[in-house]
Amino acid sequence: MIQNVQPVIVVIKTMIDMFSLQFMQNAFLAGMMLSFVLAVVSFFVVLRRLSFIGVGVAHSAFGGVALGALLGISPTLTAIGFAVVVSNAIGYIGKKGHLGTDTAIGIFFPLAMAMGVIFIGMSDQYNVDLFGYLFGNILAITRQDLIITAVLGGLVLLSTVLFFKELLFVAYDREVAFVSGMPVAFLDHFFLTILALSVVISMKIIGIILVSALLVIPGAAASQITHRYDSMIAFSIIIALISTIGGLIISYYADLPSGATIVTLASFIFFAAFAVGQIRR
Amino acid sequence: MKNTAIDTKNDTEPIVDLNDVWVAYDGKWILKSIYFDCYPGEIFGIVGPNGGGKTTLLNVILGLVNPPKGSVQLFGSPPNKQSRLEVGYLPQISHADQSFPVTVLDVVLMGLYSRIGLFHRPDRNSKKIAMDLLSQINMADHAKRPFAVLSGGQQQRVNIARAMASKPKLLVLDEPSTGVDSVAQEDFYELLAKFRNEQGISVIMVSHDIGVITSHADRVACLNVQLHYHDEPDSCFSPAITREVFGEDLKVIVHDSKCATCYRSHQNHD
Repeated sequence: MIQNVQPVIVVIKTMIDMFSLQFMQNAFLAGMMLSFVLAVVSFFVVLRRLSFIGVGVAHSAFGGVALGALLGISPTLTAIGFAVVVSNAIGYIGKKGHLGTDTAIGIFFPLAMAMGVIFIGMSDQYNVDLFGYLFGNILAITRQDLIITAVLGGLVLLSTVLFFKELLFVAYDREVAFVSGMPVAFLDHFFLTILALSVVISMKIIGIILVSALLVIPGAAASQITHRYDSMIAFSIIIALISTIGGLIISYYADLPSGATIVTLASFIFFAAFAVGQIRR
Repeated sequence: MKNTAIDTKNDTEPIVDLNDVWVAYDGKWILKSIYFDCYPGEIFGIVGPNGGGKTTLLNVILGLVNPPKGSVQLFGSPPNKQSRLEVGYLPQISHADQSFPVTVLDVVLMGLYSRIGLFHRPDRNSKKIAMDLLSQINMADHAKRPFAVLSGGQQQRVNIARAMASKPKLLVLDEPSTGVDSVAQEDFYELLAKFRNEQGISVIMVSHDIGVITSHADRVACLNVQLHYHDEPDSCFSPAITREVFGEDLKVIVHDSKCATCYRSHQNHD
């Protein structure tokens, strides 16, 4: 009997250990907040068929982080500026140049990366953990990061709720939405801005390279199992929560990188959702 | 060149008025010297081959394309946000993502969004208006079903309900027959006529399908870069014009509600 209980006690003890660590508390808090933000944004990314834009905007944040390192100011602040400008520029030039979003991403993605490399080259300081920004580093999440995540994440969620029906209409049929009086151009840039903010607040926990996965997978997986938008958002949030919380726990126990574990778990959930969708069809 | 054949029009102002409109794309004229008007309560059909400028003409009327030359009036002013609120627009059926996760009711409610206004969610009253419209098109039982699982004809009827939700004075339809079988097409045009007769709305529709347009429109024009007018719908088939608009290799099968050589279903045929 005592032998049977032993492993359970070990698990509970390790859990208590895990949650007693300040950096794990911060990581779980940040992870939960991000799950809601990324799930809602990914819902629209998938419906607007803008999956690749997440990759472009995320990589543009790297240019911002490097600029912050060069100037010796908060890389988060410069990353916000960089990502918001690049994200909106992709939308603007893609439309005005009649190029389409994918071509505009193809121009801005390497440009922002190139500027990042130039900034690093110009900087003689190496006190910013660039690798941590690229692939995520939960040890680096500070109380200040939590506040930034809460404020910006809250702003993204609140404004999405306010413009929800308009965003839905434009995602569904932008021409009809425009003719019936929806502010389509404003909503396009609004969406690109919240996308950029979502990327920046995800940098430290998931990483610039990997965050684009969570801008796509929760929405894509949810779309496989439901035909209603309200349940699609609910599933998207659940999938994002399981991925981040589950990914953090697995990465703690197995001593694996957090961002990569979260993204791998999310991908497995997508494959499971895809299978469920195929069976039900 | 402008057609004012129907007497009642003389007393009223046109709701759409295009004067000498020219549109070019990539250095090539898509529309040349277009004169076009549409009056309240009129069903106006425009036929022409693909690439003849039909969708561009609709975009000009809606203000989605600004012509470099000529004037466009929609409800007495150049097309703007305000005058567009009087228009219900139905693009080609393939336009929207057919697997989009919305119910039939959601789609009709979208037509009310501009009236509901920013920061407000659809309330009970909006849902009642949407359900009334679904009843009118015999789709009330489908309200909670995913839009994606409906047939082409059903989707088209729901789209017309969405366009009608904001109580427009003008319906603009781009290739309304695409993806809709002939029986459903008949129902669809009956529905249009019903809305026109009961609510006095005008309809402008474009199609490459001559038979459908001519049997359901009050006036018809043929468009291939230039617009040719016809007082009576059937006169659109004058050989010289059809050759000019569609080319030499054209066979015409006329089908309307009185058509004796077609069948509503396989049962009738047997």
